[in-house]
Amino acid sequence: MTVRTRRIAGAVAATSALALSLAACSSDGNAQEGEGGSADDVAAALEEGGELLVWAWDPTFEAAVAAFEDDYPNVDVELANVGTGNDHYVALQNAVQAGSGVPDLAQVEYFAVSQFSITESLADLTGFGADDLQESFTPGPWEAVSQGEGIWGLPLDSGPMALFYNAALFEKHGVEVPATWDEYVQAGRDLQAADPNVYIGADTGDSGFTTSMIWQAGGQPFEVDGTDVKVNLADEGSTKFAGMWQTLIDEGLLADIPGWTDEWFQGMNNGTIATLVTGAWMPTNLENGAPDTAGDWRVAPMPQWEDGGTAVAESGGSSLAITEASEKKALAYGFLEYMTTGEGAQARIDDAAFPATVEHLQSDDFLAYESEFFGGQKINEVLADAATNVVEGWQYLPYQVYANSVFADTAGQAYTGSTSLADGLVAWQKAIVGYGNDQGFTVTE
Amino acid sequence: MAAVTVVRAPSSSTRRRRASWTGWAFVGPFMAVFALVFLAPIAYSLYTSLFRTQLVGGTTFVGFENYAQAFSDPQFWSGFTRVLLFLLVQVPIMLVIALVVALALDSGRLYGKNFFRISIFMPYAVPGVVAALMWGFMYGTRFGLVGNIERAFGVDLPDPLASSWVLASIANIVTWEFVGYNMLIFYAALRVVPLSLYEAAQIDGASQWRVITAIKLPAIRGALVIATIFSIIGSFQLFNEPSILRPLAPNYISTYFTPNLYAYSLSFSGQQYNYAATVAIIMGVLTMVVAYVVQLRGMRRED
Amino acid sequence: MADATAPPTTRTTAPPLATRHRKPTSVTTPRRNVTLTVLTGIVLVYSLVPLVWLVINATKTQADLFSSFGLWFGGELALWDNVVATFTYGDGEFLRWFGNTLLYVVVGAGGATLLALLGGYGLAKFQFAGKRAVFAIVIGAVAVPGTALAVPTFLMFSQMGLTNTPWSVIIPSLISPFGLYLMWTFATDALPDELLEAARIDGASEFRTFWQVCLPLLAPGLVTVLLFTMVATWNNYFLPLIMLRDPDWYPLTLGLNAWNAQAATAGGEPIFHLVITGSLLTILPLVAAFLLLQRYWQSGLATGSVKA
Repeated sequence: MTVRTRRIAGAVAATSALALSLAACSSDGNAQEGEGGSADDVAAALEEGGELLVWAWDPTFEAAVAAFEDDYPNVDVELANVGTGNDHYVALQNAVQAGSGVPDLAQVEYFAVSQFSITESLADLTGFGADDLQESFTPGPWEAVSQGEGIWGLPLDSGPMALFYNAALFEKHGVEVPATWDEYVQAGRDLQAADPNVYIGADTGDSGFTTSMIWQAGGQPFEVDGTDVKVNLADEGSTKFAGMWQTLIDEGLLADIPGWTDEWFQGMNNGTIATLVTGAWMPTNLENGAPDTAGDWRVAPMPQWEDGGTAVAESGGSSLAITEASEKKALAYGFLEYMTTGEGAQARIDDAAFPATVEHLQSDDFLAYESEFFGGQKINEVLADAATNVVEGWQYLPYQVYANSVFADTAGQAYTGSTSLADGLVAWQKAIVGYGNDQGFTVTE
Repeated sequence: MAAVTVVRAPSSSTRRRRASWTGWAFVGPFMAVFALVFLAPIAYSLYTSLFRTQLVGGTTFVGFENYAQAFSDPQFWSGFTRVLLFLLVQVPIMLVIALVVALALDSGRLYGKNFFRISIFMPYAVPGVVAALMWGFMYGTRFGLVGNIERAFGVDLPDPLASSWVLASIANIVTWEFVGYNMLIFYAALRVVPLSLYEAAQIDGASQWRVITAIKLPAIRGALVIATIFSIIGSFQLFNEPSILRPLAPNYISTYFTPNLYAYSLSFSGQQYNYAATVAIIMGVLTMVVAYVVQLRGMRRED
Repeated sequence: MADATAPPTTRTTAPPLATRHRKPTSVTTPRRNVTLTVLTGIVLVYSLVPLVWLVINATKTQADLFSSFGLWFGGELALWDNVVATFTYGDGEFLRWFGNTLLYVVVGAGGATLLALLGGYGLAKFQFAGKRAVFAIVIGAVAVPGTALAVPTFLMFSQMGLTNTPWSVIIPSLISPFGLYLMWTFATDALPDELLEAARIDGASEFRTFWQVCLPLLAPGLVTVLLFTMVATWNNYFLPLIMLRDPDWYPLTLGLNAWNAQAATAGGEPIFHLVITGSLLTILPLVAAFLLLQRYWQSGLATGSVKA
């Protein structure tokens, strides 16, 4: 181990010691299991069987887990949904801190991976030969799970962004579908002029969306090297995004409906919201939430900053990771491989997960799929193409979960009209820097 | 009430000792669980508030630094002044409504008294979470009830979840939940006012209003004080409603909207357990002080 | 003067527990007043509108929820379908949550009432060292925000291996300061000292005195405390949120919240109509309990409030 990781390990040990100070110590066998094993070890573990506790909220897990248990009858998988998003991370953090009740595997979205890897809550999979799997996955997800030294999970799905739009609305009002951001703003104006109840999009501030947009614009606001963090939310990419988006806010072209609420789904269902710029996992949500508009929607490439550009960012998407506290890492790895590269992956894709694996993204069946909801369009062609155009080099903060939680307090205020988006981002930066330094990182701006 | 004293049988010191032990035997189970569930965590909380844990760097003893930090923390004070404002407005309004309804019920001048009593009390049976969810659905200006009314009647109602109204909207939910409960406490207290007092007033030719101010209100003073104290404590601890409504108005309900919400965000989004413990302890002390002051003033004239 | 049907007008002993005051004279038997009824009616409407909203919207399908007027019915009456769907969704998890809530309420509220009963009786009828301090401490503890207790309690319970089990929800709900207070005042009023003395002179043990002599007299207060602790445990949200990770052990409040949040997941299915129907079903048992047990808790609250 390098000096750095030894120091972190010591820090974590001290933290755990305090947390467990109330009673006679330690968690149930925080086993110093050798981290690693050959393919044979993993196969043997699968044969021998055992129990695995998996925390995941992704609805595609059920079918895949059932298939796994069929193939490996000696393994009993308990799948628990302990909450979505932040609730899930809170539960995981609590369990790790308390040293008990930690699952063997947990779903970890890409932006949260470094937070858990930095606190040594996740097992390094390099010992199991995971680095051989690099070519199997698209670059965006792979970068996310291999931050720093080590591989902290394997990608479950990916979210290359695209433009989902209600073609019927565009046709009805005679507005052209935008291919660049300038055209997007103009389309916003045209739609509003045609019908003030129709908005090009809805936004009240979303940290994931904002970071993805900055990503696409070429920005790199977060640079992480171990515990050294550099934050600059006023760099070129950020400024480009803030400027353009500010126009949309100022001219009232965005509906002020918070995402993922009852009202938001209604908005898509009745033609108030005309487009969604979001990840490739959206189709199922659209189908479930806006059934009245079936057949009206289409998918197009994400609007570009330059004519003819192809840059795309990822939005969301999760990996599956093995926890450091797990005592059955070999068995867990067998499950992990199955779910991410084996038949489990196919089962999940059949259930409408959007793959992160190159093989599936390029398969003929996948590309030929015609979506009824999207009027028969072969949506996967557009989406798979987007997956190959993801801008490389993006990094998340080692405490991104926290940063996202204070986005609304800071940058979100730009949507109330009390400040500009650029200033809001600066406020966010301040909070990020303050917290990071408080937590012992060395954060500079 | 007049109690007839009876000569105690065994020697007084034996009886005192026996009574002392028996008294504790009865109170014991409660106190034992209480110690586990309240005292131990409070003690641990106090202990935790004297340290600081970092993601990188472990835990160090920092004495009262966390407290110093809290006292100069603008987010903490913003949350505190907000709940203070909340309680100064919402508690009186809610208690006055509850009192007026209780008086109306007690006056015997209502048609269908029992129906009123039960119906106004019903919201108390609704879990706070469910109430917040329901009102959240109704507050929607586009497709919620507010929006429906706007379109049906062509009026322009303010957005209940926009910055200037969000606190009032939350106050509305809390009032809705508890007005019936407080009403019932007052009504029950009114019901045990002795008839003789009313008859005396009748003889003196007192008006209905005078009956209220001279007989009813003083008689239920105790209930008024208790209801006020519990409402104040509840206001300071406001958490459920802002927490549930937050996804609907993330820019207007900050993570430090109320001190309880702040402590929760600190603990669970920021992993800052020590500072969260500090905030919670400070709030606890402030709440106790205010509650005690209210009790002193309220009970001042009672024997 | 008082007419023959009026109850005695002065009290020489503890008042009977379910006092019915009929007010015989004109200050106290005024005519029914329409204006007052209408004004109070406003508060009534205020209280009932959201509940009416809930009932009406529980009859709507998901699609209707989005497109119809909030306070009137949608295109079709889907109440039965919604109820069935609520009970069968997710392999019947709603029923499981319902069962959990019943468990927490019966054991938690029952236990809380028992502890409050014993404690209140002890405080009311015995002199002992530290008595005043006991109550001050209990009231003081209520003032401490739940968040100060949540994480330490969580860490403590995880040491003891209790997190994610029903005990982590039940044990904290065994303490009801309001219940203790209520029982204390009730016992003080309803149990005359001479009654206890008589029993003691007869040679009864303290426990027998309590059980056979006092308990029956305390019944209304007991029911009141039981009902209020039932409401508190039925509506418990914050602590279970922290303690429970396994949805199998969720109470209804957490379950409904999880359903509501489900829409916000990639690939998730919005089921707002089930959230609404589920909310309605969650409220019904409590409403029924209150309606059926009216007599007890109203008189219980009455005597309890006198001493305040």
